Amino acid sequence: MKTIKRYLPIIIIGLAFIALAIWDPEKADASLTVSRDYLKEMILIIPPVFLLMGLLEVWIPKDKIRSWLGAGSGVKGALISVLLGTLPTGPLYIAFPMAASLLGKGAKVSNMILFLGAWAALKIPQLVVEMKFLGPEFTAVRFTLTLIVLVIIGQIMERAFTGRHEVLWEQPGESVGQKTKQMGTKR
Amino acid sequence: MITTIIIYTLLAGCLIASWVMSREKTIKASKMALKVLVKTMPSLLAVLGLVGLTLGILSPQTISSLIGTEAGPLGTIIAAVLGAITLIPSLVAFPLAGSLLRAGASVMTISAFVTTLVMVGVVTAPMEIAYLGRRFTLLRNLLSFAAAFLIALLMGVIL
Repeated sequence: MKTIKRYLPIIIIGLAFIALAIWDPEKADASLTVSRDYLKEMILIIPPVFLLMGLLEVWIPKDKIRSWLGAGSGVKGALISVLLGTLPTGPLYIAFPMAASLLGKGAKVSNMILFLGAWAALKIPQLVVEMKFLGPEFTAVRFTLTLIVLVIIGQIMERAFTGRHEVLWEQPGESVGQKTKQMGTKR
Repeated sequence: MITTIIIYTLLAGCLIASWVMSREKTIKASKMALKVLVKTMPSLLAVLGLVGLTLGILSPQTISSLIGTEAGPLGTIIAAVLGAITLIPSLVAFPLAGSLLRAGASVMTISAFVTTLVMVGVVTAPMEIAYLGRRFTLLRNLLSFAAAFLIALLMGVIL
């Protein structure tokens, strides 16, 4: 039953593909091409990112991450988060496991919102493209407003998540429930 | 391409350093990576399918015709929704947004489109849920979607 539930989205998407193929074969063909291109990218990029995350999990101690990005990290922690997000060029879906891993190590929710937001909306290679096609003014104003909004969203989510995390990266033998409890008491 | 090279170079360096320092820890890290990969495989596949479906149905041409024809607040809402559900690489999205802007779409509409495009990910939600949980994903995307309208409004006033 659980297996069926896990694969239900894929079954639905598969059926949607079949329906599209009957209704509009040309669009179904275009869809398959896009999915295939993404598959190529994911196969290349996801395994090394996961391995890097595994190494981070094993080698970087919790108190390090906590002091860089955790509850007491303040403005410094926020700056590190934005910087971590603006530098890379990779797709957003590899930032999710990174954020989850850092959250599990004691990073603040508001800092992870800054990290994910910067990765999605403020990364430097993307800003260069934006400036070229939408102009420096548009880019500068959007950058500033987005940064302000991310700080606000971070504060709201920080309050919504104090003491509760649903993180996937966990030390073997330690259940998520135990971990949540631990984090709750330490806060 | 450059991203891939950087990631693999970084991985090679870290793996060698880790292997030299402790074989057991390196094996443990690999096992953890494999475990998470297997666990999140269904959501990865779901995202793959969704990306294809949305971009196949909503091609850049379709998007530009949908945004281009509708002016005013309705146009901005349509643009925000389209930006939220599609996942377009920035090298395609920004030229598209630029040409729409020059063709007469309002700054507000284009801001809404660009902001939801980068900040809201309906298509990548299965992955975000798999790693960060349902509550986190829902809240982050809803707040970002609402914020996009605020950003669009302010940009319309400023520019």
